[in-house]
Amino acid sequence: MQSYDVAENGLRGLNAALQAQSAETNQTHWEVQNPKGSHAIAVGLDAPIEVTVKGSTGYYCAGMNQRATIKVEGSVGPGVAENMMSGTVVVEGDASQYAGATGHGGLLVIKGNASSRCGISMKGIDIVVHGNIGHMSAFMAQAGNLVVCGDAGDALGDSLYEARLFVRGSVKSLGADCIEKEMRPEHVELLKDLLARAGSDANPEEFKRYGSARQLYNFDVDNAAAY
Amino acid sequence: MSDQTPRTMPIQSATFSNPINAEIRRAAATGIYDIRGGGAKRKVPHFDDLLFLGASVSRYPLEGYRERCDTSVTLGTRFAKKPMELDIPITIAGMSFGALSGPAKEALGRGASMAGTSTTTGDGGMTPEERGHSSKLVYQYLPSRYGMNPNDLRKADAIEIVVGQGAKPGGGGMLLGQKISDRVAEMRTLPKGIDQRSACRHPDWTGPDDLEIKILELREITNWQVPIYVKVGATRPYYDTALAVKAGADVVVMDGMQGGTAATQDVFIEHVGIPTLACIRPAVQALQDLGVHREVQLVISGGIRSGADVAKAMALGADAVAIGTAALIALGDNDPKWETEYQKLGTTTGAYDDWHEGLDPAGITTQDPELAARLDPVEAGRRLRNYLKVMTLEAQTIARACGHNDLHNLEPEDLCALTMEAAAMARVPLAGTDWYPGKAGF
Amino acid sequence: MCGIVGLFLKDRTLEPELGAMLTEMLVTMTDRGPDSAGIAIYGAESDGSAKLTVQSDQPDEDFATLAADLGAAIGAEVTLRANDTHAVLELDGSKVEQARQAVRELRPGLRVMSDGATIEIYKEVGLPKDVADRFSLSNMSGSHGIGHTRMATESAVTTEGAHPFNTGSDQCLVHNGSLSNHNALRRKLKREGVRVESMNDTEVGAAYLTWKMQNGATLGEALESSLQDLDGFFTFVVGTKDGFGVVRDPIACKPAVMAETDQYVAFGSEYRALVNLPGIEDARVWEPEPATVYFWSH
Repeated sequence: MQSYDVAENGLRGLNAALQAQSAETNQTHWEVQNPKGSHAIAVGLDAPIEVTVKGSTGYYCAGMNQRATIKVEGSVGPGVAENMMSGTVVVEGDASQYAGATGHGGLLVIKGNASSRCGISMKGIDIVVHGNIGHMSAFMAQAGNLVVCGDAGDALGDSLYEARLFVRGSVKSLGADCIEKEMRPEHVELLKDLLARAGSDANPEEFKRYGSARQLYNFDVDNAAAY
Repeated sequence: MSDQTPRTMPIQSATFSNPINAEIRRAAATGIYDIRGGGAKRKVPHFDDLLFLGASVSRYPLEGYRERCDTSVTLGTRFAKKPMELDIPITIAGMSFGALSGPAKEALGRGASMAGTSTTTGDGGMTPEERGHSSKLVYQYLPSRYGMNPNDLRKADAIEIVVGQGAKPGGGGMLLGQKISDRVAEMRTLPKGIDQRSACRHPDWTGPDDLEIKILELREITNWQVPIYVKVGATRPYYDTALAVKAGADVVVMDGMQGGTAATQDVFIEHVGIPTLACIRPAVQALQDLGVHREVQLVISGGIRSGADVAKAMALGADAVAIGTAALIALGDNDPKWETEYQKLGTTTGAYDDWHEGLDPAGITTQDPELAARLDPVEAGRRLRNYLKVMTLEAQTIARACGHNDLHNLEPEDLCALTMEAAAMARVPLAGTDWYPGKAGF
Repeated sequence: MCGIVGLFLKDRTLEPELGAMLTEMLVTMTDRGPDSAGIAIYGAESDGSAKLTVQSDQPDEDFATLAADLGAAIGAEVTLRANDTHAVLELDGSKVEQARQAVRELRPGLRVMSDGATIEIYKEVGLPKDVADRFSLSNMSGSHGIGHTRMATESAVTTEGAHPFNTGSDQCLVHNGSLSNHNALRRKLKREGVRVESMNDTEVGAAYLTWKMQNGATLGEALESSLQDLDGFFTFVVGTKDGFGVVRDPIACKPAVMAETDQYVAFGSEYRALVNLPGIEDARVWEPEPATVYFWSH
């Protein structure tokens, strides 16, 4: 186990050390002490290592992650795991806005609540939120799955492309071009897998599925108000 | 009345002119705003309204060819470990694969590399061909984040965070269904054939205080190696430049309203933003007020066509310029040899701007493989190289005539203005006077 | 564009620490606002008297005989406590308007930062740490306070442009964001006779709240109506004699984090601002919802 104190040794050294790890590294477990809300902790990683952040972080924790498993024992600021490509990011607490923004792959798990714009512009990432999500979540979401065990805020899935949204609780309102869709057996199977990987015991049968009505895909004057 | 009675001539309205009326009829028939490519077509005060004061008796010119006149420039000297070193102060602006064909992107890379300058990706990610053919490549970081990934980010020689562009400050990207081919769709993670609308704000930050944190993240991911540019569409150049500097930019790219786009609303192109000529002095003023002029470099774009334009932009304080539309014309865009085909599309040479439709006869702004094959990337690259060389020689000619041994020694005092508008915007005196509008003491 | 911090103490034994806690929070937000900084602190109240905090670019000259001059002008006893470029004048609470008027006549160069029974506002151009040091903010005590670090967007970096802005007796406002209709609103407010001195967007926001309240609205109602009448991006934190309030615009892009324990309610633009507060590990930490007005008071 490698340990690194951010407050003492600074951010640059942390990211340089973590980014220097290769697939063959022996230093597969890292503990990050005293994050104290710092930004850009454990960003740009590209090796199958495990990083545990002992506390809460600021903006862009685990940004652009590839292959690494990053666990935050606290809450995270805006843009956790933004543009993640692969790997896993688990947040024990809450996430601020833009969680998983533009992520292309991997799994992001928020054990608490996520704030607004969760999964904005997501491009293939899977996001599982154990609690609730805020307004404008999955705005312009292109691909991937957003699973919400609690409730969703206003304007869910506004201007949605092909991402799939699953919400167990209530949805305050749907955004433009987002509609409820039928839960077919393959969706229940998909959910079962995602929930299991995210450590949630929620029943997949209790979720509703939302997706794009695809009415904004090509301009139509009668839809102009939605643009 | 007899036939001989003099009659009132039919007079067309200046307000309701034929083009205006045609646009009203088009809007009424289709219910959608006009979308097109390119930059502002209306006449605005421009570099043509400025002249250089060559050396004479009071100061002395340099000999062409024999006495040196340096052109190289280094962008990103503020924080980056590996700043961008360019042989000439003319770069190629961001244009996406998607907006442009693969061969066109390759040609830009080839031409720029041969001329010793950089080219730039666009709203669609980096293609291997483009990286392979560009010796110096700037990677754009846009609100859509299409194709954005850390591997490409680390392959870039610089990162350009795009806040806006001159054709549409405050607007997002747009690529219509005709151009979303299989490859473009895959790179952007979009369904094929849909109208793609990109967001106007970045998905994970808003404002300079957040931007500062975003820049920190990008630097951490790229190990503080490469410069980070911030590109803005010219609207409030003083404030935007100052804020980009405060947020930690290495380079500010300021794009005037003549700067082109692949596609956006005509109303945006013609009515939002300010002319390139008007944005340089306020941007330079902001850098000077913060004590970072020449430390944070300023790149100006939007309607740069010749070495004279380059020299004028630099005399007003820019460190370098970027060209987009001019580079496409060098490749072969709007070439008269395609006139018959332009006419079939209801347009003519020089007016073709329906770049979003993907039917470009010149094979540049298209994803149709047959059309794209019309452009030979090697030959087109050579044309771009030649054009860049000519512009550089022209700029050197002017600089030497003004007595400077480096393009960067050109200064506003080398200029005078032909019109009141240009004098006011460029803050250089009207020719033959020592006065410009707004100057104190008059 | 800016950093905001706020601290409201439930545990009165922490009151002597307020300045020190707020200063640390404020300095953490330097990156968000390196141009200027300010703080509004709500201290002790003495019966029937009011405090007028004033600022001068020539404090030695302006403050030397100010208490006596002002006392003579309003016919009441005035005491003066100078603190660098600022001074707190204490006087009879019923004479505040008269005193404001007299100050304008006696010392035209003086700027009134705030008035009220308990509020004192200190703000200057410079890095937050330097501003905090010159006023010895960390030695101040009080029940609650609000701090602000500014990265100027479209208006000048000046003392007048620094936050907090005094919106009425014992009230103040700080802002993170950028208002897009402040010019039209400034003209409207001026027609209504409201004094707006700078080209700063936040000052207009503050004047707007003042105007609403002069016309009978409560602070809560004024904030509610700001959601309709202000265009652009904003997170506002307002201070009142008894506590503070928070409101974010409906888009809510500008960050805001709240933390609450048995001892305090705290606000920060970033969690970083809160990390050294006592018991933060076990605090309830959340983000205020968009277009929702929150208040905490004693």
